[in-house]
Amino acid sequence: MQLKKITFKINSKEITIEVDVRESLLDVLRNKLHMTGVKKGCSVGECGACTVLIDNVAFDTCIYLAVWADGKEIRTIEGEAKEGKLSKVQQSFLDEAAVQCGFCTPGFVMSTTEMLESGKVFSKEQIKKELSGHMCRCTGYHNIMLAAEKALQPANKHGSECHGKCHK
Amino acid sequence: MYDIIAYEEASCIEEAIKLLVANPNATLISGGSDVLIKLHEGRMHDAHLISIHGIKELSGVSMLEDGTIVIGSGTSFSKISKHPIVQQFIPVLGEAVDMVGGPQIRNIGTIGGNICNGVTSADSASTLFAFNARLEIQGPDGVRTVLIKEFYKGPGKVDLQHEEILTAIFITPDNYRGYGGHYIKYAMRNAMDIATLGCVALCKVKGIHQIEDFRLALGVAAPVPMRCTETERLIKGEFFTEELIEKVGKTALKEVNPRTSWRASKDFRLQLVEELSKRAFRQAFKNAGGEQ
Repeated sequence: MQLKKITFKINSKEITIEVDVRESLLDVLRNKLHMTGVKKGCSVGECGACTVLIDNVAFDTCIYLAVWADGKEIRTIEGEAKEGKLSKVQQSFLDEAAVQCGFCTPGFVMSTTEMLESGKVFSKEQIKKELSGHMCRCTGYHNIMLAAEKALQPANKHGSECHGKCHK
Repeated sequence: MYDIIAYEEASCIEEAIKLLVANPNATLISGGSDVLIKLHEGRMHDAHLISIHGIKELSGVSMLEDGTIVIGSGTSFSKISKHPIVQQFIPVLGEAVDMVGGPQIRNIGTIGGNICNGVTSADSASTLFAFNARLEIQGPDGVRTVLIKEFYKGPGKVDLQHEEILTAIFITPDNYRGYGGHYIKYAMRNAMDIATLGCVALCKVKGIHQIEDFRLALGVAAPVPMRCTETERLIKGEFFTEELIEKVGKTALKEVNPRTSWRASKDFRLQLVEELSKRAFRQAFKNAGGEQ
């Protein structure tokens, strides 16, 4: 067994931890740091359920060696709500009922968060493309699209009064 | 846990080469989107990995004084498609690599890995064939360069010794200046799929009606990515007409040698070769400033 000590920031908190070189970041997050919001789906980078932001870019943690996280800044779904208040993206997913079983939701939320923070304006087609690395087995994607569109629409256009009706 | 028996991390190219020399059975890992999946699926065992994941000098896009574009082999697909140099001078390469997998795969997968796997379906490869890209390879004896068309030796086989590393991809100005291009990937679905056929056309226009230069490259139309040199020869110098478009499709058909796989039959691929060559040519001509 080959161990390596790595230091990284997880949801703004710096930690140092010894990882096995054979471990994926996904397994370290779930099994050692108990961040079970990071879901283990396909393990081959196809379903997107294990998506987190590494230095603010979306990655599948199942095909990312844990040792590569050394020196990086990682954000998972656990760190998105601040002082009990959901993030804008989380709130949109709630408002639009973009959740059924919830397994894919953390991944979708993290990718949508990356888009939101890029400051870019996304068309419906672009949102679809940006979320195409995620699979959902039960919502039919419709509400997920509504939630992402709602989270990504410019704040001054509709404000908080929209309740998702404006893009129907 | 992955079936890894040893893991070493190189901090620079020289160190990576030294590690490769010292470990004849080691495998290089860059982005990991192919190697880790192979390990997961049991197609690779007891891996001794040498990671070049964090080597900064392998990542990035830049331009030399003479206009040559240099792409580091460790540059991720998303960094390539978002790079201003790519967007301004070789947008078709950005479009091609923007069709690999899904966004998270494009954030981790590298262009070097895409080429070194030696597969004919690599989205970046056909476009690099059209650009006559030159590959820089570093080994214990120094640096050598090889044209991409000579790099591919057969399915999964490339001109790379165990101790060597593909470090950079060069595209010289005479191979991109004045060209308009278009890449079409045909797959069963838009995302997370491997090309059933990939087709890229580059066009340079004389005046607005005449083809000064034409290049047509295909992926999955033969065991390795290929150029349709006979078609290119026939089209060069001609005036753009509907008949000429038909000619591109018909002549390209005679040059390819696709196979039947579980993804698609040979017949279907032949149909794709004809149709996509025509469509790519038409759009590339337009993108180069041509008018019908």
